[in-house]
Amino acid sequence: MIKPEKMKLTGYRRPDGRFGIRNHVIILPVDDISNAAANGVASLIKGTLALPHAYGRLQFGEDLELTFRTLAGTGRNPNIAAAVVIGIEPKWTERIVKEIAKTGKPVAGFSIERHGDLRTIEAASRKAMEFVQYATELQREPFPVKKLLMSTKCGESDTTTGLSSCPTVGRVFERLTKAGATLIFGETSELTGGEDIIQSRCINNKVLGDFNRTFDGYTELIKSQGVDLLGSQPTEGNIRGGLTTIEEKAMGNIQKIGRCKVQSALEPAVEPDGAGLHFMDSSSAAAEMVTLCGAAGSVVHYFPTGQGNVIGNPIVPVIKLSGNPLTLATMSEHIDVDLTGILRMEMNLDQAADEAMRVLESTINGRLTAAEALRHDEFVLTKLYRSA
Amino acid sequence: MKHGILLHEFEDDVGVAVEDLKKGRKIGVVTLEGKAAGTIKLVSNVPLGHKVAMRDMALDKPVIKYGRPVGKVVQPIAKGAHVHVHNVKTLRWSI
Repeated sequence: MIKPEKMKLTGYRRPDGRFGIRNHVIILPVDDISNAAANGVASLIKGTLALPHAYGRLQFGEDLELTFRTLAGTGRNPNIAAAVVIGIEPKWTERIVKEIAKTGKPVAGFSIERHGDLRTIEAASRKAMEFVQYATELQREPFPVKKLLMSTKCGESDTTTGLSSCPTVGRVFERLTKAGATLIFGETSELTGGEDIIQSRCINNKVLGDFNRTFDGYTELIKSQGVDLLGSQPTEGNIRGGLTTIEEKAMGNIQKIGRCKVQSALEPAVEPDGAGLHFMDSSSAAAEMVTLCGAAGSVVHYFPTGQGNVIGNPIVPVIKLSGNPLTLATMSEHIDVDLTGILRMEMNLDQAADEAMRVLESTINGRLTAAEALRHDEFVLTKLYRSA
Repeated sequence: MKHGILLHEFEDDVGVAVEDLKKGRKIGVVTLEGKAAGTIKLVSNVPLGHKVAMRDMALDKPVIKYGRPVGKVVQPIAKGAHVHVHNVKTLRWSI
């Protein structure tokens, strides 16, 4: 059995003491209409990464707060060396810049009004070039596993995820929590039918209360829409893979947390405070969930899949694990950890966990995941309700 | 005997086919921990990843997987039959 403390992990130490495993200089648009300028900068300056998205205008209330928190959290993520923020107007741009600046990393904001795209692109590109030269001088250094913050969420689940890839992640998470790492899981809707298990793992009544508020809030939302989720949970893909009910799906999903306790129940895109496993309220849509995990500071993500979800994220390396022989036979280029041996009874869960940890270690040390190599850069904001 | 069905828990009502299983075939059942749980004769075709009934199940009976109810029987199910959306529904929402 591989001990997490024995893993040789290297990363980039950030000014706030956290460690990143990638070293991106991002060009972050505050809103949809600043995507063009952000893409302009990224096409001019080598080594930069634009993160275009669809929102940021005329949002209000909790929905606006979540967008701000997600954008700022993305810039704050330790995988980011430096950030250039571009928005249509200065006030909201500065708000994001200020949040990112609290980490001590280099960040600069540019607004388009009274300059136009072209002058903005020029000014932002000069800053981006400076940031890239700063970032490329940084060196990896060893870091202890207790400095690791990672997340998990599964997708296109089927019965094989419940038998193989999810319990494998659960086994690794049990080892990592013992070693003092910080872990995030979520997918509020997909806990339905197994929520009592999460409730029984909450470390105290405050955490239990927070979790229940989140879960009940979600249930109320479904009711208020006058629908149930029978049409979408399980999904068509889940059903094709053999999953029959949402309870069965939830039980497979919950295998990912093993026997870990739940230290807190977080709002979406909130950075966990302290080691151990944390529940984060989140959508179960893959790209939204991983984007929220990145905004909460996760530097790497375990993604068990059955039928073959191909999701990736621009700043968080996504490691795919699958035990479905059909998926490995037909779309192996998407899978980082082959767990089909579990179904053949040639591999037990401890051996599977060792294999998942070997891939985790090499990913942390710089090896590109399948999703990274295939340019799966899904950066998707969670929208809580319609804009004004 | 080579196994073709995996169980999460020894007492579960349903197991998962780890390959495409043809009607009439007799196949071994094991738990995830590797404990043998007898053999089952398939009474219908069951594709990879789909569930097989370990015993006869009457209407309205809860279906046990992972050692707990994950749905209820809405069409009587015979031992060795394919278990899926046609004969099991969620206990969660009234339908």
